[in-house]
Order: sequence, then structure tokens, then C-alpha cells
Amino acid sequence: MADLNTVFAGGIRCPNPFWLASGPPANCGEQVMRAFDAGWGGAVWKTLGEPIVNVTSRYSSVDWNGQRMMGLNNIELITDRPLEVNLSEIAEVKKRYPRHAVIASLMVESKREAWHQIVRQAEDAGADGLELNFGCPHGMSERGMGSAVGQVPEYTQMITGWVKEVARTPVLVKLTPNISDIRMVARAAKRGGADGLSAINTLNSITGIDLNTLTPRPDVAGKSSHGGYCGPAVKPIALHMVQQIASDEASRLAISGIGGISGWQEAAEFILLGAGTVQVCTAAMHYGFRIVEDMIDGLSNWMDAKGFRTLEDFRGLALGRVAEWKHLDLNYKIVARIHPEKCIGCDLCYTACWDGAHQCIHLDREPAASGNGHRSPAQVEAESRRRIATTPIAKLDGANGNASGPYATPLARIPRVDENECVGCNLCALVCPVEGCISMEQVDTGKPPESWEQRVAALNKGGQR
Amino acid sequence: MATYTPEEIAQRFSELHPPFDPQAALVEANRCLYCFDAPCTAACPTHIDVPRFIKKIASVNLLGSAQTILDANILGASCARVCPVDVLCEGACVLHRYNKQPIEIGKLQRHAMDHFYSNGARPRFAVASNKSKKVACIGAGPASLACAAELRKQGYGATIFESRPLAGGLNTYGVAEYKLRPSDSLREVELVKSMGVDFQFGVTVGRDISLEDLEREYAAVFIAVGLAPPEPLNLSGENLDGVVDALRFIADYKTAQTIPVGQRVAVIGGGNTAIDAANAAKRLGAAEVYLIYRRGEREMPAFLFEYENSKLEGVQFRLQTQPLAIHPDGSGTRRVGALECLRVELGPQDASGRRRPEAVQGSNFLLACDMVILATGQSRFLDFLGRCRGLEMRDGNVVVDPETGRTTNPRYYAGGDCVNGGREVVDAVAEGKRAGQAIAKWLEAQHG
Repeated sequence: MADLNTVFAGGIRCPNPFWLASGPPANCGEQVMRAFDAGWGGAVWKTLGEPIVNVTSRYSSVDWNGQRMMGLNNIELITDRPLEVNLSEIAEVKKRYPRHAVIASLMVESKREAWHQIVRQAEDAGADGLELNFGCPHGMSERGMGSAVGQVPEYTQMITGWVKEVARTPVLVKLTPNISDIRMVARAAKRGGADGLSAINTLNSITGIDLNTLTPRPDVAGKSSHGGYCGPAVKPIALHMVQQIASDEASRLAISGIGGISGWQEAAEFILLGAGTVQVCTAAMHYGFRIVEDMIDGLSNWMDAKGFRTLEDFRGLALGRVAEWKHLDLNYKIVARIHPEKCIGCDLCYTACWDGAHQCIHLDREPAASGNGHRSPAQVEAESRRRIATTPIAKLDGANGNASGPYATPLARIPRVDENECVGCNLCALVCPVEGCISMEQVDTGKPPESWEQRVAALNKGGQR
Repeated sequence: MATYTPEEIAQRFSELHPPFDPQAALVEANRCLYCFDAPCTAACPTHIDVPRFIKKIASVNLLGSAQTILDANILGASCARVCPVDVLCEGACVLHRYNKQPIEIGKLQRHAMDHFYSNGARPRFAVASNKSKKVACIGAGPASLACAAELRKQGYGATIFESRPLAGGLNTYGVAEYKLRPSDSLREVELVKSMGVDFQFGVTVGRDISLEDLEREYAAVFIAVGLAPPEPLNLSGENLDGVVDALRFIADYKTAQTIPVGQRVAVIGGGNTAIDAANAAKRLGAAEVYLIYRRGEREMPAFLFEYENSKLEGVQFRLQTQPLAIHPDGSGTRRVGALECLRVELGPQDASGRRRPEAVQGSNFLLACDMVILATGQSRFLDFLGRCRGLEMRDGNVVVDPETGRTTNPRYYAGGDCVNGGREVVDAVAEGKRAGQAIAKWLEAQHG
């Protein structure tokens, strides 16, 4: 049985790497305790700071093809509860749940004394660690806090340094993705003495516009404001940024991965790119704390299947497999192969290849359809529209009129890949709705591996000769 | 013997397939894979671009969705409800081979069309400039409506001659009420009317106006007279009170005339109309409804889903049973009292590929009933069709070129049941549409 116990950033202990991210699910002690009961290993308390006032409404989302909340956007600020209430609840949670991690997210104005004071208060309440919120992209940034700090490496380094002057617990810096190169700020945080990095915070966004009122969402009395975007849609961006800082010597610190994690698979992906813990917010907001049960169960089962006993056994294993493009093998060739017995005849691969790729999938398995070159999609459709169809009726058509399915896919609808033309781009396999119907298979080019860098070097060498 | 008001009829004939609510339609629309050269579109006789209209439902462009449907099929609303989708679009859906449940295309189509008709029914057809030539369409059923609509789109005049007081043909008079109400059919007629089609009701061509007059006034004639009332079965007692023809029975209750229904009803026939009539009798209050059919379950011409549904409606199927005679009830009146039948066994296959029914001698029995509905297949308007010059007939059907609907008389085109022997509404629409396009092309070539 896999062991999910985690020690993070040199001292934060928790029974598993799944933390609630700083946000609405970790707003008060009652929520955090219920989350721990459900199985969460830790929680980053919703950001403590000076009193603020929130607006309504606060969230908006992007639905996709009938699925709710592919992405979530918020314009909510930091906690709107009195500091002393939050601190006393942190103390109570730590008393009741000593084995779980409680991290205090902090954000105050950029004054040394203010930071010193909030750090002491949070640690005195019993926080196991601190997360400096240098990432929040909306509202607070207009007041010189949040991402206004995280977008300037010098500020990041300076404030991290202030915090480290008094902090007794590990200090994490939460990074904003709203920056051209996240490593610049990550390095600054490290120079400032940070013990770990949390990445990523939310992305600046306008999720959409109400086409009746013409007001962007979320609507606050007829106006909106850009918000912070998160949820499943941002995972690829977050993975890339985690990989960037994990692979950068000057940024290298413990990483708490954040961004679009809603299940164990995403968690495993972040850990494979070097994360020590992962944080979840949107998925918990969508489905509740109960989702953690499968995150624990699924990750454990996957680890057992893979032979990983602890998280350290696989942490960062995928990092070595991310390379610069110039190091990829130019002589590696794969082609698409369609397995006819699985094909349902939707022909999405055909139209995708013709319109979106390299015109190397054809509908010519029926002898009648081949012979005069490849038919374009328009020709195929025109032929089919010219065909006369009638309702099959037994009485009029003989006994077979009522024949019913399931029918096999007609040969004419099973596409064929021209492997000589196929560039192995994957698009057909990506659009195919049937698992395993199109496989990308390696063909031997007979050439040794060669990267672009090697090829250019060889060419230059040849040129010098 | 009960009679019903239109409200009672509506109540008794609650819809077989209730409509989607908008959220359900959205979820279903998003299941569609958006196949290329989609099999559903190919299977539809009118080739409605199904994935296109479904994606427009998914994007909540319902008017665009309805227009996509109407571009291919002017009777998209009634087809959405009466089409045997199991053997057409939904039967062809690739999802049968994926997660097994096909897209509910019929209900999605209805969703778009309901939106269209409840929002002013304003289509956006590209209409060519008006031309002087006119075409006469005989019969106001689906084939003529489709043909006339197509001709108007191309700028030609179209007049529809109809002997009955209402247009729509079987859509108005003959479709089971739980699938389509006359009001649904008539709003489609209004749509066709709004395109500039002229309707002449209560006019029987050949009696009230001669074919020669039509030929003089119109550049072409489209024949879509459908099928005629059934031939008598030549059973003794066929003229007793309480013996009715199925289509007459259905038309009567649909147009809310007084409709007497027996307590024990025997329906003779094994087609979809027999089933519609049997279901209707049940819903109209008959205690026992029997469907009498000579051959077996496998030979029944009705669609399988109709048969299955009818069993759920409570109709009792008496298969391999041959009617012999209808007997009066013995009270000295002319009321039906019983149907005398013979049991039948199935022999070897006959010319139609079905097993030949062979009566079992001496197996006679009486089925007590106070109403007999005959649904044994319609006859042809051979008399009228015989008077159309140069029209070749085959097996009672008008012979046409399938791609154009042109008959052997170059000025006469034909479509619908009188050509195909009695198929579905969508087949009639497809034939009418093809004929309309072909007539327009022919007139264009002739007159520029």
C-alpha cells in the first residue's frame, strides 16, 4: 500500500499531499475541519490581511459543450472576516487536528512592520507554515498588493526577506502566472530566502460577456472587472510553469502545485513535474470536499500499480523528459493506423486531416470510390446528398425492410491513412471519439536519432570544411 | 358509444414523445459527435443536415437551427414527430456502435421547430424573383406542399388543388393524434401559404376543373393525389353499422366530429395504420381492442417499434387469424355483433418473401365485438390517373424518374403515395422537393 505521508519545504508534515488552496473552501475553521474529516492533508487558510469589503456577484465561469465550470473566475478579495476570529479558529483547528497542515496565507501592505506583525500573529496561532500571497491578480493588486508585488522581482525578494527575518516556520511564496517568465520571480523569492513556491495563482481573465445585457461576467451592478481564472482549463498552463521553475537551478525550491487539479491524475502529473504537494480549489468548490477520497484512493492505486512506495519515488520523474525542441529526434517517425473493427464511421478524422492537417486520410476503401484520385470533403458530401434515400418499409421492400441493427460500420465510411503522406501529427487520434481506434505507431526510418541541434552542428561542420 | 369534445380528445391523446425542455435539449445536442458526411443526413430522404442543426441547438441558435431544417424539409416540424426515426436518421446514428444510445434527432428537430413556430414562423429563404409561369399541384398533402414551396423559392407560381376543406393530407387527417395534432400540421400549411402558394379547396380535379383547363393555365402539373379508400374485403356483413374504414375513423376523431367507439373493437390489418386505429380505439375508451392479422409477428408490415408500443397501449394482437365474416348482434338491428375468424398456419414463402398464410379448415371461431375497423391497405385513384394522358403505371403506382419525379408525360410530374405506394411523410416531402426543383429547372431551360 502506497505511503502518501508528506514532509514539505523542510518541515510541514501532513498525511497526504492534498491541500485546499487559499480560497473560499478554506475560509473558516468549520470548513477546514470538515475538509480534514473528509481526508484533505492540509489547507492554506484564505488570505489574512487588513479588513476588506467584497462585492456581489463574485464568480463567473466558462461552460464547455454542456459541461459546467471548465474554468472559474473570481473577483473576491482576501478574507473579509476579522483577523482575530481567523487566528483563534486556526488555533482551534491545529489543536483538534495536530497531524494536518494549516498554512496561513498572508497579504498586507508593503511595510516591513506590517509583515512582521502578521507573520508573528499567524505563527502564534499555530500555523505550520506561511504562504505569501504575491499572486492575487484582482482588486488587491490595485492597492499595491498581491500580483503587484509578484510581478516585480525586487519587491518579491524584499518582502520575502522581511518575512524571513521573523518567521519560524517554512515560508512559501505564491507566484502569479501573469508575467512573461515566471522564473524571474521564482529566483527572486529564492534569493529572498523562501523555503518553497506555490504555483500558480489565477490568470487574469474576462470569462465572457452576457449577450443580452452586454455586461461582462460577473456582473456587479452593470459593470465587471477582470478576475482570476482557474479550474480545469488552466492546468496545462500551470503544469508548464511548474516545470519551468522545477527545472531552473536558480529557482529550485519545494513546489506546491496549483492549477486545475480535480483528481488524482492531475495530482500525479504535478508531482511528476516536481511538486511536493498539490492544492485544489475549484474542484472542491464545484463538487465539495468529498472529491479527496478518490484523489487519495486513485493515487495510491496508481502508485501500487507502478511500484512507487512513496511520493518521493516518482516526484520529478517526468522532468528529464521535457527538453527544448532542438533536442527532439528528427528521425523518429510515427504514423496513424486506423483499426477498422473499432471504427464507428463518424469520419471526424477524415475531415480533421483534410481541413486541419495534411490531407492524408481518404475515404476510398470502397472500390467504386477510388480510382479517380482522392475525393475532397466537398465531393464526398455532394455525392452523398445526390443519393436517393427512402424509408425502408417491409410491406413495400420485402422481408428485409424491418431489419434492425446493430449494423457494422459500412466499409465506405472507414477511412484509410496514406502512411507515405502521414506526418504523424496525432490530430486524427485526438479527434477520434473511440479509445484505441486510431493508434500512432512507430515506423522504422532506418536512421539514427538526430536532433535539430545536432543536424545544424553537422551542417556547420560540413560548411567549415 | 362515446363522443368526445376536442378538449377530451387532446386529453386522451397525450403525446407519445413529450418535447425536450431547453436544458435537456442542450445536453442531448452536445452528445452529437458532428460526424462528417453524417449517416443520419444520408439516411434522411430529405437529407436534412442533422449535425449542423444539432450544433446550432448546442449554440442556442434555435432560429438558425430551424432554418437549416426548413432548407431541406419544409415540413420539418411534422417530420420531427411522425418520422419512423428508428429506421431513418436515428437508426443510422454512429453512436449505436459507440455508447449504444443514438442521438434523439427527432426530438431535437422538434425542439428547434417548436421554437420557430412559437416565435412568429418567419423563415429566411433566398427567394428568386417572380416568374410568370405557374405550376398546378393536385392534392394538398406533404408532397404537394413540398413541391409548391420549392417552386416558390425558385420564383414560380404554385396552385394547390384539394378536394377536402383542409390542407396537409395525412398530416392533418391521418396521423395518430399522440404524434401530431391537426393544428401542428395546419401551421406548416400556413408557412407554405406565407411563401405565396395559392390553395383551392373543395376542388376535385377532373370533376370541378378539367385536366385540359389545368394544362392550359399551368406550365406543368404535379400529381400528388395519394391513395384512395380501401377496397372492400368482400366479407359478408361488411356493410353493417359499426364497420368503418381506419383512415376515416382516424380523420373523424382528429377533426373532432362525433366519433362513436365500441366497447369491443376488432381492427383488421397489420400495418401502421391498423396499429394507429387500434391505439386510438383504446384511447377513446374501448374496453377490448383486438388487432386481427393473417400472418405472424415477423410478417407484419408495421414497424417493430409501433407494434411494441401498441402492446403497451393495451391492444390485443390476434395474429395468424383470418377474418371470414361479420355478423349482426342478433337483436334484429344492423349492428355488428361478432367477427367470425379462422386460424391460420404459415406455409412456405410467397412472392413477397413472407410465409404464405394457409387457413386451418374447421378452426372457425367468433370474436364478440361491436365495432370493426378495416385497415387492410388502400386502393389507388386509378380512374383519375387513367385520365392523365401518357401516364405509365406499374403495380398501380405512377412511374416516374426517381431523380426528378417526371412521369412519362413530360409536363406531368408526380410524387408521394401515388408514386411510392404509401411510404412516410418524409418520403413524400423528398419526392415533392425533388420534383419542384426539377420542374423549376425544366421551366428555366424552356423559358429562361
